[in-house]
Amino acid sequence: MDTLDVKEAAAPQTEKSTTLNGSQALLEGLLVEGVTTIFGYPGGAIMPIYDALYDYHDKLEHILVRHEQGGIHAAQGYARSSGKVGVVFATSGPGATNLITGIADAMIDSTPLVCITGQVFAHLLGTDAFQETDVVNITAPVTKWNYQVTDATEIPGVLAKAFHIARTGRPGPVLIDITKNAQIQKFEYAGYEPCNHIRSYRPAPKVRKSYIEQAARLINEAKKPFVLFGQGVILGEAEKEFKAFIEKTGLPAAWTILGESAIPSDHYLNVGMLGMHGNYAPNVLTNECDVLIAVGMRFDDRVTGRLDKYAKQAKIVHLDIDPAEIDKNVQSTVPVWGDCKETLPMITALLEEKDHRQWLAKFRELEQQEIKEVIEPELNPAGDVMSMGEVIKVLNELTGGEAIIVTDVGQHQMVACRYADFKQSRSNITSGGLGTMGFGLPAAIGAKYGAPDRTVVAICGDGGLQMTIQEFGTIMQFGADVKTLILNNHFLGMVRQWQQLFNDKRYSFVNITSPDFVKVAEGYGIAGRSIDQRADLRTALKEMLDHKGAYVLEVMVGKENNVFPMVPQGCSVSEIRLK
Amino acid sequence: MKNQASIKYAPAADSSSAPHQKKEFTISVFTENQIGLLNRIAIMFSRRKINVESLNVSPTEIEGISRFTIVITEVEDVVSKLNRQIEKQVEVLKSYYNVNEDIVWQELAMYKVPTNVISEKAKVERLLREYGAQAVAIRSDYTVFETVGHREETEGLLNALAPYGLIEFVRSARVAIIKDSEGFHAKLKEFEQHEPSQEVIENEYLDKRDDVFTM
Repeated sequence: MDTLDVKEAAAPQTEKSTTLNGSQALLEGLLVEGVTTIFGYPGGAIMPIYDALYDYHDKLEHILVRHEQGGIHAAQGYARSSGKVGVVFATSGPGATNLITGIADAMIDSTPLVCITGQVFAHLLGTDAFQETDVVNITAPVTKWNYQVTDATEIPGVLAKAFHIARTGRPGPVLIDITKNAQIQKFEYAGYEPCNHIRSYRPAPKVRKSYIEQAARLINEAKKPFVLFGQGVILGEAEKEFKAFIEKTGLPAAWTILGESAIPSDHYLNVGMLGMHGNYAPNVLTNECDVLIAVGMRFDDRVTGRLDKYAKQAKIVHLDIDPAEIDKNVQSTVPVWGDCKETLPMITALLEEKDHRQWLAKFRELEQQEIKEVIEPELNPAGDVMSMGEVIKVLNELTGGEAIIVTDVGQHQMVACRYADFKQSRSNITSGGLGTMGFGLPAAIGAKYGAPDRTVVAICGDGGLQMTIQEFGTIMQFGADVKTLILNNHFLGMVRQWQQLFNDKRYSFVNITSPDFVKVAEGYGIAGRSIDQRADLRTALKEMLDHKGAYVLEVMVGKENNVFPMVPQGCSVSEIRLK
Repeated sequence: MKNQASIKYAPAADSSSAPHQKKEFTISVFTENQIGLLNRIAIMFSRRKINVESLNVSPTEIEGISRFTIVITEVEDVVSKLNRQIEKQVEVLKSYYNVNEDIVWQELAMYKVPTNVISEKAKVERLLREYGAQAVAIRSDYTVFETVGHREETEGLLNALAPYGLIEFVRSARVAIIKDSEGFHAKLKEFEQHEPSQEVIENEYLDKRDDVFTM
């Protein structure tokens, strides 16, 4: 190997030659996998791949982000809105470590990603070389699988394996670390074979019929059956099957925030959001149902509250593709391992037509109480100060529930999840498991690339936006049509709410000063406006949505508004507080 | 099998005992022979703050498939959940966890003692016979003995030799065979027949520092 090789290898592939270097083989593989968009940031150790990319720029669109964290959140947003695998490039060392937050976020939210990181030359591994970090070991706990390539001939096989692992079973992020010598090494390229089987990997558990029958029997016998659904429904592309399942016998169904939008918000069996800031009825009635059917959800502690007081009276049917989730937090009566696209119709077929209207009415009764005490004052506040909820309400009216809503993390996230309307699946993109502030803006950029025909609104708080505000630069350069709606309450609102409720209002470092967001946006060539009067709300939101291209709208909302209802930490879900 | 109640560091390993009581478990993991997997498995324990008391990795009867034998003291509920998480790793073929009653297990211990003491004191000779020890190295200055057995057996000789100027002692990790594992062995062989293991590509550049292009 010498420098000459690198130059030769960079020449476009001719028909005669099947000699490629590792970088070209990588890009060829990405093309076969159907990749069209890559988010990334170059650097020394990944330069050969970027050099090869120069010749592929008409087939592979590369979005240069402003920080690798922005790159991986964008890839996440892309994957979540499109259902495809998100791809991100980063260089070694700091480039790779800047991906970690997003990898951890994708891992806990089961987002399929393939991360490609450059690495120092193989002969320098372990020498503390410039920008060397042991990224394979650093990412081991937060990747579904990872691998270090030190020889170019490994690249096609490893890449194929990576895509297979990322997108099958319970999806997740994988990382391939490629040493620089492997990127420039030439070899006889024999083509790219997609992978659909790995000996030691069983992505789809065999469905056991006896469990299907037991599950159906339990549901048939139930007087008060209650369905909880999570992102598994969306990841399994089982929205239709799920709808058929709940509709056959009229099962009330509540969602985790990652499951939101799997069925339309206004579906007659949709009884709302679960968990800490979820709706009153589904939380209270979790402790009253007799059969709890959990579909593609993992009983996160933000959903269950105190486990020892969670649905103790109920028999639990748990449908999940990941056997490790069964009995992890909540002991199931009947475990149904498998892809819910496969298992749901099997159960539905065995269900007897039943009428659960009376039981469903109980949800509506409690809902009325929540509407009166929480929802009505939130959506139609009496005072002059705007609430986050009323902003979302007007947004709903203007988008008709057709927009993709990407949120950051905090109070605005909970309010958006509670009040935003969704008509179609893959419309609510949020950081659920890791709760990553800074997720919203870059994920929205990615979501727009994943679903270019849809309106994408990033709803951010004043705190979270400032964690990745530099991604306005990506919007500026690549023109992603993202509407950024900032709900500014001059506080790190969620922490402040906790300090108010549980720490005697000792507001310790939650008062955050923000720049003039509109001016910042202007600096990036993005149009924007800031409002603090209710009278301007509708026109401002309309102006944002109608604007051709990216737009930033800042809305000043109540400083000390709280998100209710709330299940205080350490309490059971039936101890949910309305105020 | 000896009654595990006699082992002082582990409570009675009785499968009928309370599920919340910690006891000794041996986890046997069958995996692809893959660089980095040891770390992946090890961090599953450290993440949960579980101390690994013994860890052995070795080839199995099937080429390309490795076997981890990991000993921990935990409550069964935790072990069973952990086992599923281990099994979830892409390169793990199968993972089992067993109490001591379910397995045949051994540890190897080596003892280095001054040769003059051994040759002069007949009592020592008898001790060695009693514990079934064998000499694996005899030099004028020291002799190395080995025994194989359960912890309390190797520990017994250790305690007995201590007063005679024991120079060094070392004990291996546990190796264990699951008593009832014929089924899995057949499956492993089937695996291998259908899909022979691929050779692991080792890093062939590490020793070529100066011959390779650098920037």
